Amino acid sequence: MTSLDRLGVGQRGCVHALAGTDAIAQRLYEMGLIEGEVVEVLAFAPLGDPMEIRLRDFRLSLRRSEANRITVTRL
Amino acid sequence: MSSGHPNIAFVGNPNTGKTTLFNALTGLNQRVGNYPGVTVETKKGRFHWQGRTFDVIDLPGTYSLAARSPDEMVAVDVILGRNAGERKPDLVVTIVDASNLERNLYLTTQVLEIGVPVVVALNMTDVAVNQGMTIDAARLSRNLGIPVVPMQANKGKGLDDLKTTIAGAVDASLPSHGPSFPDAFETEVRQLSQRVGDGMPPFLVRRLLIDVGGYTERLLAGRQNGHLAAEIQAARERLALAGCPVPAVEARTRYGWIRQATTGCLQRPAERPVTWTDRIDAVLTHRAAGLLVFLAMMFLVFQMIYVWATPLMDLISAGQDAVGGWLSGQLAPGPLRSLLVGGVVNGVGGVLVFLPQILLLFAFIAVLEDCGYMARAAFLMDRLMAGAGLNGKSFIPLLSSVACAVPGIMAARVIENRRDRFATILVAPLMSCAARLPVYLLLIGAFLSGDDHAWWTPGVTLFGMYALGLVVAPLVAFALKSTLLRGATPVFVMEMPLYKVPSARLIVRRSVEAGWMFVCRAGTLILASMIVVWALLYFPHTDAAGQSYDLQVASKQDARDELETEIAALEKAIEQTPDAVEEQRLAELTEKAQGLDDEIHALEEAWKGQSYLGRAGKWLEPVVRPLGWDWRIGMAALASFPAREVMVGTLGLIFREGEGDPGDEDYRAGLGQRLQEARWEDGSGRQLFNVPVALSVMVFFALCCQCASTLAVIKRETNSWRWPLFTFVYMTALAYLGAALVYQIGSLGS
Repeated sequence: MTSLDRLGVGQRGCVHALAGTDAIAQRLYEMGLIEGEVVEVLAFAPLGDPMEIRLRDFRLSLRRSEANRITVTRL
Repeated sequence: MSSGHPNIAFVGNPNTGKTTLFNALTGLNQRVGNYPGVTVETKKGRFHWQGRTFDVIDLPGTYSLAARSPDEMVAVDVILGRNAGERKPDLVVTIVDASNLERNLYLTTQVLEIGVPVVVALNMTDVAVNQGMTIDAARLSRNLGIPVVPMQANKGKGLDDLKTTIAGAVDASLPSHGPSFPDAFETEVRQLSQRVGDGMPPFLVRRLLIDVGGYTERLLAGRQNGHLAAEIQAARERLALAGCPVPAVEARTRYGWIRQATTGCLQRPAERPVTWTDRIDAVLTHRAAGLLVFLAMMFLVFQMIYVWATPLMDLISAGQDAVGGWLSGQLAPGPLRSLLVGGVVNGVGGVLVFLPQILLLFAFIAVLEDCGYMARAAFLMDRLMAGAGLNGKSFIPLLSSVACAVPGIMAARVIENRRDRFATILVAPLMSCAARLPVYLLLIGAFLSGDDHAWWTPGVTLFGMYALGLVVAPLVAFALKSTLLRGATPVFVMEMPLYKVPSARLIVRRSVEAGWMFVCRAGTLILASMIVVWALLYFPHTDAAGQSYDLQVASKQDARDELETEIAALEKAIEQTPDAVEEQRLAELTEKAQGLDDEIHALEEAWKGQSYLGRAGKWLEPVVRPLGWDWRIGMAALASFPAREVMVGTLGLIFREGEGDPGDEDYRAGLGQRLQEARWEDGSGRQLFNVPVALSVMVFFALCCQCASTLAVIKRETNSWRWPLFTFVYMTALAYLGAALVYQIGSLGS
């Protein structure tokens, strides 16, 4: 078990939990980052932040601080 | 608009081709709608189908109806029919990207809950097919319980089907049902509904419960007593204990329902095919390669804007001069001629001169957005901008502002978060724009170059002026984000859309819309301020003897022009047949012309000195003394508040060099000479300008918002007078303090 921001490029994980009830958590939920969803890390920006991931049928960019709230199981 | 026609609202996620579909349906029959206190735009249009007319409103693209700001509330209010003077829509069309079905249907399930009839426009079906997906639209329609129309709006496919379906659904007016939430949740909603009373639509009661710190909650908190907040909090805690915590319960319920509804209708290939977007993104979001491509792209864009806009801007300036010259020939000298030439023609030219840059920048931005690159640019630049409390999307507006803040501020529209957008808009004018350059060049040329200074002084000083903006802008942004624009950390979760070939029509449309909006909304204000300054510099226009300066200057100018013709003729004659007598006469005439020039300049100096603006400058002299300025510099700075371009020309008028083209190097050199010779008027014979004074003037120009156009555009983009006023005040204060600091420190040694 680790957080999404600790995955490397090309690694995949299964969402286990998401912390928080604020706007950021809500937006992540709305985007479909819910329990059981599989995500793949695609890239990190030049300064290491933000990161680009793939989930469902689309790509998402999020900051590491946001990705840090998402607990994933490595696949 | 209570026309009696059926009212249709369009909603959808960003990047679903919603605008393309709206344009395809309504053509040019559109108008922009604004709501008070809101900075997003809605578009209204209408289409005709089988003898009937339908009114359409296009709402801003959104992922969810969970509103956190007035901007996000617009879509909710429109769908619920809560806007004054507007009917509740008879039908909502949700535009759904077929290649990204599940996430797009999330918003649709929220709309279904409102109970209004819904039609799904299943757009971009070709993209889904290219990715190996197959979608059974008929089955999806049965599962969702609403009509689903497959289409490709960009190719015009499926438009007629959509119109027929809309017409049918409006007539049938079938209610729609969203997913069922857990019982524990519904129980809390019922209780809360009784508590807040009948006035609140059920949809908003649900939002009140789900959206922690959301717009509905804050709105109610302002009206009701503290008990309600405590009750909502207790309800949320009960829900968490019951295993359905907010806001997670909403996403779980909706996505669970979506998965069921799409089962059997959506087939994905076993192996996800490698798409063009995958291949392009492997380079463009790569740490090193992506950054290089980005920098090259930015250079190319701004180079092209420069190369293409400059001749057009020159053309506009030439046209302005030609019209001014023609008018001067037609009218007798006097207030009317001066108003038309100096006020109106200059004002209109001053508005139009921005157009080439705005049209080009917006065309490029439309290309970058429509092809999907804008999100990648924001991705690459985000970390850098995060240091100032902004996000990656602020980069392009701020970079554009180095050319001119007006298109830069308009470009900030791409930033969805209101606070980040405002912070970007408010600091954009701090970037050193092109109009400051002539002032820098004039003063550096006169006081910071030549034998007395090291060879690198001019370059370093110029760089320093640009660096000042680059350093101060992020600091101010940071200060604003920690005070006035403070709030919860904005969400930087951003979709990276698929790459696609940009649509030429959309690009032209966006560019022309931006240009038109600038001319209509900001142009009038700019023109008005130009005329006001003209008047302040023109009146009173008679000297102590009651003679009009205007007429005196004009008569001397006529005499000067006659001399010029005579001199030219003489020169030509001498060139052909040298003659000592003629040459003697030429020298006399040249001297006479010189004398007339001096007289004209002296008249202008006296005239501007006793104009209202000149009097204000003298009156303000104690205020500008700490900056090392006398009333003449103060007055020139004052005259430059509507447009800093006039600084060089005003200095020319006051320091007896006449009005000239600030872009002309020879003119600047001549004026530089006059500035070097200028002395304090207290009889001490002290030099007026020295290095600290020159630096203090430059720093003032670097930090001050001397641009009515910028303020007018800020007013337009923030939909309020408060922010342009704030920008003006803070920048003026900053400029004053900065200039005083530089002068005082610079003068310590002497």
